[in-house]
Amino acid sequence: MDYLMAFLIGGLICAIGQVLMDFTPLAPAHVLVLFVTLGVILSALGLYQPLVDLAGAGATVPLPGFGHTLARGVIEEVNKYGLLGILTGGLRSAAAGITAAIVFGYAMALIFNPKPK
Amino acid sequence: MSKITQEQQDYQQFVNRIKPKPPYLRNIIMAFLVGGIICTIGQAILNFYVSLGLEKTKEASAATAVTLVFLGSLLTGLGIYDQIGKRAGAGSIIPITGFANSIVAPAMEYKSEGYVFGVGAKMFVVAGPVLVYGITTSALVGLIYYLLKF
Amino acid sequence: MALKKIGSQTVKFENPPSIISTASIVGPVEGKGPLKDYFDLILNDFHFQEKTWEKAEKKMLKEAVEMAIKKSGIPSEEIEYFIAGDLLNQIIAASYAARELGIPFYGIYGACSTIAEGLGLGAMLVDGGYADNLVVGSSSHFCSAERQYRFPLELGNQRPPTAQRTVTGAGAAVISTKNRNPRITYVTTGKVIDMGAADPYDMGSAMAPAAVDTIIKHLEDSKRSPEDYDLILTGDLASLGKDIAEKLLKQNGFDVSNRYTDCGLLIYSPQQDVHAGGSGCACAAVVTFGYIFKEMQKGRYNRILLVATGALLSSTSVQQGETIPCIAHAVAIENL
Repeated sequence: MDYLMAFLIGGLICAIGQVLMDFTPLAPAHVLVLFVTLGVILSALGLYQPLVDLAGAGATVPLPGFGHTLARGVIEEVNKYGLLGILTGGLRSAAAGITAAIVFGYAMALIFNPKPK
Repeated sequence: MSKITQEQQDYQQFVNRIKPKPPYLRNIIMAFLVGGIICTIGQAILNFYVSLGLEKTKEASAATAVTLVFLGSLLTGLGIYDQIGKRAGAGSIIPITGFANSIVAPAMEYKSEGYVFGVGAKMFVVAGPVLVYGITTSALVGLIYYLLKF
Repeated sequence: MALKKIGSQTVKFENPPSIISTASIVGPVEGKGPLKDYFDLILNDFHFQEKTWEKAEKKMLKEAVEMAIKKSGIPSEEIEYFIAGDLLNQIIAASYAARELGIPFYGIYGACSTIAEGLGLGAMLVDGGYADNLVVGSSSHFCSAERQYRFPLELGNQRPPTAQRTVTGAGAAVISTKNRNPRITYVTTGKVIDMGAADPYDMGSAMAPAAVDTIIKHLEDSKRSPEDYDLILTGDLASLGKDIAEKLLKQNGFDVSNRYTDCGLLIYSPQQDVHAGGSGCACAAVVTFGYIFKEMQKGRYNRILLVATGALLSSTSVQQGETIPCIAHAVAIENL
């Protein structure tokens, strides 16, 4: 059941992205920025957590899930450390993903060369 | 921007009438399927880490993110991710594997300009805006939350 | 009063300079296309034994020029000018090729119209009495153009059906006072035309009005009709742009349908995954210097009008919301 919900909700979020890319003048970069920002805002309003409870990875793997991670982190850290949490919370919660992307990105650039098709 | 004249406007309308359209339905179906499959794989990885005893919302989901980023990076390095993206569009751009692809692709591409000015400087040329807007919005959210709470 | 100028934008040569030799080099994808037998050299890979795409592009241009000079039979020290351009910032492929060729160099930029710009200026220098022999060339490379104008190769993005593939290749031709066919008889210099197109993934519809404007000016100035040409050949309008150009010409009373084609459509077959067709500086160059030149030598075509088209945008102008300024230059090439 959790696989089915992950598939459906994850697929749906991506399909919405595709609609925005194909039917509006928005470039992929605009859609990505929109999605991460929406993720942060929806999460802050408490609207994204129910989706995560429902769909698991279907809600956390797409980009709004990254926004959700940032927002959740900030709120937690503000609760714990007050004012300073505003600046530390987002990156702390997303640190694993971002650091992994930098490290793997660097490693892949060392190993592989781009291949024209 | 210079002002668009009536003649330019008419021409653009004419072009839009005869311009071949992207295969909308196929694109949406492909985005749905591929996006769904990537998320299902993510769910399997998440369940696996939970079964290893990792705490679900933080530890296991961070480990899942790292694993997916690794897979996205590897497929980019092998020259496979852009082939998926050509067909799947948003289906492979929106998941976190697409975030990894958007970092690894420029890192590889700009290696020819060196490891500092190329790889180092250009790595976030595509993914940068996502971090800037995501993190800035999160700080704003934090500030508002702080003001409401205290 | 300029003696060789006719009408508003056209030059008619007194002693039409001849194109005495040409050379064309293409990449692996073009080498699988329908014109593969016309090219002098087909590369097996995109690197051409160089470390970067830019260096590979420079090497293609340099070798095409050397090949054209060799075929001309003229000793290279008698080649008086090298006129060339490409798509890269500061036209580095042409400049670095010139560094190695050691021929006095004019670097020009007309985006994908560069080869017609070069042929026009070169023919004017020769007929003007400023040179007996010179060489023109231009190049483009799929990978170097992608990274400059669009995205890294490995980025998983999707292209719309109007997108075009930049031709990997280089073409060069030696223009001379020697008495040989084919010859350059007329040159019509285009104006920059901007019809408000802003989509960098649709160059064809942006450039079509520029091609139409130049074709009409050429026909008016030279008092010719489309029927005077065996073939009218636009540079890289590809499928959508060609349709639009044909429609616009018809609206203006010129029916070109049975004698009009586009280099961007000729170079690839529809089975190749290239969306609307080919583009890039090399597109018009390799098609004209490979296919057209050889067919003119055989006598299949005796009078052609090359109308190479260029979109004069940059990634900065696109990001600043500017529309796309376009140009087309026409060069009439004939067996006299």
